[in-house]
Amino acid sequence: MAKSRNMTSVVMPELPKCPSGIQGLDEITFGGLPQGRPTLVCGGAGCGKTLLAMEFLCRGALTYNEPGVFIAFEEKEKDLEENFSSLGFDLKKLVAQKKLLIDYVYIERSEIEETGEYDLEGLFVRLASAVDAIGAKRVVLDTIEALFSGFTNQSILRAELRRLFRWLKDKGVTAIITGEKGESLLTKHGLEEYVADCVIFLDHRVNEQIATRRLKIIKYRGSKHGTNEFPFLIGNSGISVFPMTSLLLSSSVSSQRISSGIKGLDEMFGLKGYYQGTTILVSGSAGSGKTSFGAQFVDSVCRSGQRALYFAFEESEGQLSRNMTSIGINLKKWADKGILKIVANRATLCGLEMHLVMAHKAVKEFKPAVVVIDPITTMIGSGIMDEARAMIARLLDFLKNEGITVLATDLTDKSGETEVGISSLCDTWIRLSMEMQDYKRIRRISIIKSRGMNHGHETKDLIFTNNGLEVKNIPGVREDYK
Amino acid sequence: MKNAIYKFVLYIAGSTPKSLDAFANFKNICDEYLKGKYSIDVVDLLMNPKLAQSDQIVAIPTLVRKLPPPLKKMIGDLSNKEKVLVGLNIIEQG
Repeated sequence: MAKSRNMTSVVMPELPKCPSGIQGLDEITFGGLPQGRPTLVCGGAGCGKTLLAMEFLCRGALTYNEPGVFIAFEEKEKDLEENFSSLGFDLKKLVAQKKLLIDYVYIERSEIEETGEYDLEGLFVRLASAVDAIGAKRVVLDTIEALFSGFTNQSILRAELRRLFRWLKDKGVTAIITGEKGESLLTKHGLEEYVADCVIFLDHRVNEQIATRRLKIIKYRGSKHGTNEFPFLIGNSGISVFPMTSLLLSSSVSSQRISSGIKGLDEMFGLKGYYQGTTILVSGSAGSGKTSFGAQFVDSVCRSGQRALYFAFEESEGQLSRNMTSIGINLKKWADKGILKIVANRATLCGLEMHLVMAHKAVKEFKPAVVVIDPITTMIGSGIMDEARAMIARLLDFLKNEGITVLATDLTDKSGETEVGISSLCDTWIRLSMEMQDYKRIRRISIIKSRGMNHGHETKDLIFTNNGLEVKNIPGVREDYK
Repeated sequence: MKNAIYKFVLYIAGSTPKSLDAFANFKNICDEYLKGKYSIDVVDLLMNPKLAQSDQIVAIPTLVRKLPPPLKKMIGDLSNKEKVLVGLNIIEQG
């Protein structure tokens, strides 16, 4: 079945897993949640527990044809329907199709008197009848800690919870139980001791005014899993978890070449240009021509009929188009034709994760062959250094996996160091520099590295003309090498 | 039972000792205090699982006082007579 879908590279037989269908989660759990067992999802208020749980059911119903039961202790069916419609899940429809069953369990301690022994068989009956009614394979209990506030007899409650988890296991349903974050324990009432197989912790924290949601797999019995904290997003199509770096460097490799748009530069790359699907970093100080370099590349790509996506973090679309006409590049023409899309916004507009999501979305929608990020370093302004680096790595990995050629510009200071050390993530590194000569600034270009190809090592002149950029030998310097 | 003023529903799930206890305990209380003016319906959720949802039953046994209003719920084996009497407002006049 769909089980093997996300496990292509995992050969060892492991626990049977139930793909959650949540973007990225199956990747870091190497296949999904433990099948036929309960998983605990815990975290503070507003961390996305309910969403994760509900998305698990919706994806199960939509993608894997596994009906699900949602036992809601906190929100009514109608509230859930409303909340999730904004995330693109039509719960009503799923309910009507008998792919989803929501049972709102109302517990109000003030309305219930307790006298003597009791058990929670009523809950079991409800759960069993719900599971049987639609043949559910997935069950969510959100959040079971409501029981603790609803009933006073803790010893009964604990015994019943133990029985509940056993029951879920015996029933063979894959379950998510959500729990509130506790002070010293992961959950307020130590739920983790009941659900010892898989525990996922969600966190929503604010760092330098920028909020990031994180997901961590605390334990996963009988399976390997990513142990990092993974940032995740709640976008308009649910949760996306981003592995910090793609766990597998498995992007397909192309030996096709793509022209840089500058004849003289292509010559330095053995006449052909860059490898397709690689990442090119263009670094240089202010005014060294990075944006023009990127624009020329885009122009050449569009000229060949391919699609290009340009992320501009410093100039608006109109400004960029106007400025480039000064060197004879008409970006508007390509934009009007629909093969160039310029996405312009300030890097500080939103957090890193949001940028990543926007980039994801734009790329998925536009399906470009080439992406230009100008400049990639502004991202640092909207996050802390380590995060910025990780996020850039994730972005570049994502684009690489999509087989997209990326040109990223990087504003450097005099030392020429790339700011977050992203050069190691890039396959080709081109440096633009300015030199003073006879009271004139002269732009120079050199290739610092280019993985997997023989390239010219000389420094050349980068000349701005009315017809775009040209790369020429520095007058008086002979080309003795190749 | 025709002129029942007190109407109770006892929810059970199968004839478990706890449920039987609850019924016996409660019947004794009713016979003592409400003789002739009460009715007890017993709902076995195993037979009617849907009722657990519509009547919001979680714990078993649950006793619900349907009449007179307001609705009152009491869970457990009803072994504590005092608590039952007070909790269900059976001895109002003292």
